[in-house]
Parts: sequence; C-alpha cells; structure tokens
Amino acid sequence: MKKIYKLRDLDCANCAAKMERHIKKLEGVNDASVNFLTQKMTVDAEDSRFEEIMDEVVRVCRRVEPDCVICR
Amino acid sequence: MTRRHKLTLARIIAGFAIFIAAELAPLEGYWKLLAFLVPYFTVGGDVLWRSVENICHGEVFDENFLMSVATIGAMCTGEYAEGVAVMLFYQVGELFQSVAVGKSRRSIAALMDIRPEFANVLRGGETVQTDPEDVAVGETIVIRPGERVPLDATVLEGTGSVNTAAMTGESVPRDVCPGDALVSGTINLNSVLTARVDSVYSQSTVARILDMVENSSERKARTENFITRFARYYTPAVVFAALALGVLPPLIAHEPFMKWIHRALVFLVVSCPCALVISVPLSFFGGIGGASKKGILVKGSNYLEALSKADTAVFDKTGTLTRGTFSVTKVAPVKMGDRELLTLAAKAERFSTHPIARAIVEAAGLPAERDGDGADVEELAGMGVRAKIDGHTVLAGNRRLMAALGIAAEDGDGAGTVVHVAVDGEYAGAISIADQVKEDAKDTVERLRALGVRSVMLTGDRKASAEAVANELGVDEVLSELMPGDKVAAMERLLESSGGTVAFVGDGINDAPVLTRADVGLAMGALGSDAAIEAADMVLMDDRPIRVAEAIAISKRTMAIVRQNIAFALAVKLLILILGAFGYAGMWLAVFADVGVAVLAILNALRCMDVSKI
Repeated sequence: MKKIYKLRDLDCANCAAKMERHIKKLEGVNDASVNFLTQKMTVDAEDSRFEEIMDEVVRVCRRVEPDCVICR
Repeated sequence: MTRRHKLTLARIIAGFAIFIAAELAPLEGYWKLLAFLVPYFTVGGDVLWRSVENICHGEVFDENFLMSVATIGAMCTGEYAEGVAVMLFYQVGELFQSVAVGKSRRSIAALMDIRPEFANVLRGGETVQTDPEDVAVGETIVIRPGERVPLDATVLEGTGSVNTAAMTGESVPRDVCPGDALVSGTINLNSVLTARVDSVYSQSTVARILDMVENSSERKARTENFITRFARYYTPAVVFAALALGVLPPLIAHEPFMKWIHRALVFLVVSCPCALVISVPLSFFGGIGGASKKGILVKGSNYLEALSKADTAVFDKTGTLTRGTFSVTKVAPVKMGDRELLTLAAKAERFSTHPIARAIVEAAGLPAERDGDGADVEELAGMGVRAKIDGHTVLAGNRRLMAALGIAAEDGDGAGTVVHVAVDGEYAGAISIADQVKEDAKDTVERLRALGVRSVMLTGDRKASAEAVANELGVDEVLSELMPGDKVAAMERLLESSGGTVAFVGDGINDAPVLTRADVGLAMGALGSDAAIEAADMVLMDDRPIRVAEAIAISKRTMAIVRQNIAFALAVKLLILILGAFGYAGMWLAVFADVGVAVLAILNALRCMDVSKI
C-alpha cells in the first residue's frame, strides 16, 4: 500500500534526505520518499502492518527533525 | 514569515542587544564569560539543545552539532565575542534561508495550483456546492464566470470563453458553445455555463496532471542524487579534516594548540552542505514549475536533465509538425471548372469516412452524410470509389484506379495525396489533398538548430510528399514510407548514431512504443489523451511544436543554473577551507560564506522559474 502524507514545518533539505534514508531502512517499508519542496512524504509499505510501520516512521522522523509534524 | 520565524527573529534581536551590552561592559575574567553566555544561550539555545538531542539519537554530524562544537570551541579558546557572533550570524543566515526557501517553494507550488476547490452541482433543481470528488458522471454542473472548471464536461447551455492558460500555457481564450468539451482546470471567463460531467474527478485531466506533477520529484536527476550522496560524505570528511588540523600540527611540529584548534573550528563551520542540498533540488523544481507555466509537464528532473543533453529531436510528422487534418490544396480540372470538379468528386465521396474523402466533401461545402443506403456508390478497396451521379459514372481515386481503367494519370511531385477523377471513362482532372503544416513548425526547426539540436522527421507518407514538407520546414533529415513498426527501428538507429540524447515528439496516437524507446518522449496535445500521458516523459498540453524548443531551452538553462550553484558553492567552501587552514579566514568569514552562499544559491535557483524570456 502506498500513502502520501503532508508534512508541516519541514525546514531543512538535508533533514528531508536523512528522513528518507532512515525510513527506507525500516522493516516492511518497500519504498519511501520525502519531498522537501512539496512538503510531502510517500510511504510504500506492507499492507498488514501499515499503521504499525507508520508509528515507526513518525518516531524516526521526530528523531531527525523534531519540529516536523506528519499529518496523518 | 511563519510564527516560528518571528520567534527566531525576536531571539536574534534580543541576543544581539545583550551581546552589544556585554561587549561594552568593562568586565574581566569569569564575569566576562558569564556576560557573553547570556546572549549565547539566548541566540543559540535551540541549536545546542537540538545537538544534544540528536547525539542521544545517534545522529552526529548534523549542522546543529557542528555549530555547537565550533562555537563552544571558540569560547574555550577565550574568543567569547567570536563564539557569540558566529552563532548569531548562523542563526540570521538560517532564518533568511528558511524564509527564502519557504517563499520560493510556495511561489513554485502556486504555479502548479490548478486544483479546483469545489463544484456546483444541480441536484433536484438546486445548485449544491460540493467537493469535485463527490460528483458522478452524468450529473449537471454549473460554472460561473471566474470559476475553475472542476471536472471534464460537455457544455449543455451557454456560450462563452475559457482561459486555458493554466493547462496549456496558451494565453488566447478558447471559445466554447453547447456540445463542446470543457477541460477541467481551465477557468470560465465571462458567462454562466451548464455542463454534463464526463468523468469522475480522479480520472479528470486536472487530477491526472496534478498527480503527474506531484510525483515528478520522485524521479530524480543524476545530479540531484549525486549531491545527496556527496553531502553524506562531505560533512564527515570535513569534520575529520578539522580534527586532523587541530591535533596533528601541534603534535608533530610542536605548534601552539590554541592556534590550530581555532583554525580547525573554521572547518567545522563550513562543513554543512546546505547550499548544495537545498539549491540543486530547488533549481530542478523551479525548472519544472516554470515549464508547467508554458504548458509543458515534466515527469521528473531526470527527464529535464536528459533533455538538456538532446542533440536530436525526432518528430512524428502527422499531428506534430502538421495538423493531422487534411485539406484540398490544389484542383486541376480538365475541360471543366474547379468548382464543378470538386462538387463531382465530393458527391462521389460523400459517404466515405476516409479523412481524404472528408476533406474533399468539406472543400465542396456539401453536408456530411453518414447513411449511404440507396445511393448508387461502390467502394473499391485500396483504390477509390465508383458512383452514379446524374446518370454519369464518376470514378474518384488514386492512380491505380485510373490505371485499372486504362486512363493515364500523373501524381506529380507535390506534397500530399492526389485524387484523380474520371467521368464516363474520360479523365476529368485531379485534386491534391495535403496535411497542413502548423504555423510555428518552421520556427521550431530554426529554434532547435539555434539550440544545437538536429531535427528529424518520421512519416509513413510517400517519399515525394514527405520531402516536400521537409524542404518547406527545413528539417535536417527525413525518414519516409515507414510502417508503424519501422519507426521503432528508425529510433534505435538514431539513438545509436547520436552523441547526446534523442527526444521524440509524437501526438500519442499509435506512437507509444517510440515514445517509450526514446531517451525523452514528449507527447503533444495531450489534453484528454490517457495513453500519451502514460507513455510520455514530458507532456505538451497544447499542440504547438514550438513548445518542444521551449522545453529544451528551459532544460538547458535549468542545468546551467544547477551547475553554477554547484560550482559556486564548492568553490567558496574550498577557498574558505584553504584560507582557514593557513589562518587567513576566521570563523566570521566562514559562517558568512556558508550561509551567504546558501542564500545566493537559493536566489539563483529561483531564476529557473522565470520563463518569460524563453
């Protein structure tokens, strides 16, 4: 399943790249991209555990850029 | 400016005031340090906190950490004022950068803002305002002047004009009347239109285009990926260089520690790759945004990069360089008037659906008739028609038809197709029909040549007529008499012989295989054509070939700006590193160079967006 999320207060392009790298490494995530310019995040992950994986994604993002909020 | 920006600004101003006070106050020793720590924490508290947080999370080498180490280092070496000032500078730069990026991001996003907000649906005799997504096919919508057409629809009532600029880049409004198709995303200008919905929102033109543009940043250009990878190694490399610079000279050459640590701190300040990491994607984004203002939709920055290297543009003749609609260009009768011959041929051809027959019927001004029952007309496959008109036997068709009847006829060497007419076994004349060349086709070829791009024309037409068109337009190479399958093979050969990349321009009708095979496939006149949008890498919303030249010009300029930004940022950083290592550049200069370069690069990237001179 592929879902697109809006991001709020994603201020730094380098952080976006870091977030993307970390999310891609998560288990169950097939593909992910964090778009600094459109302030959007696309996550493609396993259907059955999607919400679980998203919790993990949120945690990873908070670690890289604490100010950035993922609108779920 | 957002609330957060204002908060940061307030902190910077307060910190600056205290900093000046601390600088002027006659304090010594620990009191002086204490006096400087107040503005230091006021300005850089969040940076320090963030770096502590990130270290706990295992995120070293981020810019907060580097700035913290650099400024704390300055404090430790007794340069209190410098430590505070560097932090202050850094924060001002970050603020400026963040505001600039936010602004440009929004202005580029505004270029692509074609999403309709609502639809007025007629339900039970009343107009209801709803989300376009909730409207079903077949419902009736009302579009008032100034409103955006929410869904693809057909006009039922009302005549007026719509502005298609957001979709096609074409500034001349398009007139619509009942029966005409309305494309979603266009703006109704001057009258109330009632229309029947033809497709649900997710299948409408506007939704498909938005989808394409929003996903465009997923296909990243090689340069963009290179910068991301570069940033990953650049920062750690500079940090280790700083470590070596701070430790090795004092250990090996017995130099004073303080001096070299101070120089090493300069390294830490310039180790952030921000100028590159922000400006390169922003340039591509700006280029894609600017292109969309011209009605050129780009599916990814990789295609923009590929197109900038194009040395050959291949056109599928029909529908790109020519209109794809046939019209009578020449009437050459024998023993009768032009009008008479045309009418005769039209009467014979009036039941045929062949585009050539339609062109003759149209030129004669006869109404199109669909039902041929009862009329004495016989279609001769691959040759033409035989019809009984007013007691005469009229034959209209190609040279083979005439030959079969033993009548001598010549096709001549002009462009297009020739229809010969014979009445009662006697030759009556010929009518030439040709596809019309688009007005700006010749300009396009010239413009491409100026950009260093060779133009090649592919066509299934016979050699003589293909070459006539080619000469008129001045294209560099013609490949004629190609079957649809030959076009892919021709493309393969062109790809092999090209030193750069090859772009293919087609109208999306039965050329999808070639579109996919080319380095960059451009589909033309794609308003409403699913297959073309799917197969192409770039979509030209209107059907003017000049857009191809414009797309190449935009891609070349975008790449030039990207290269400028990379070269500029790297050169300045390298210069500061060298000067810093020899003690000529202090931390002030370093932080100024770092954030200054980032801001300049962002402003430069914004130029990509401006397509007014393309």
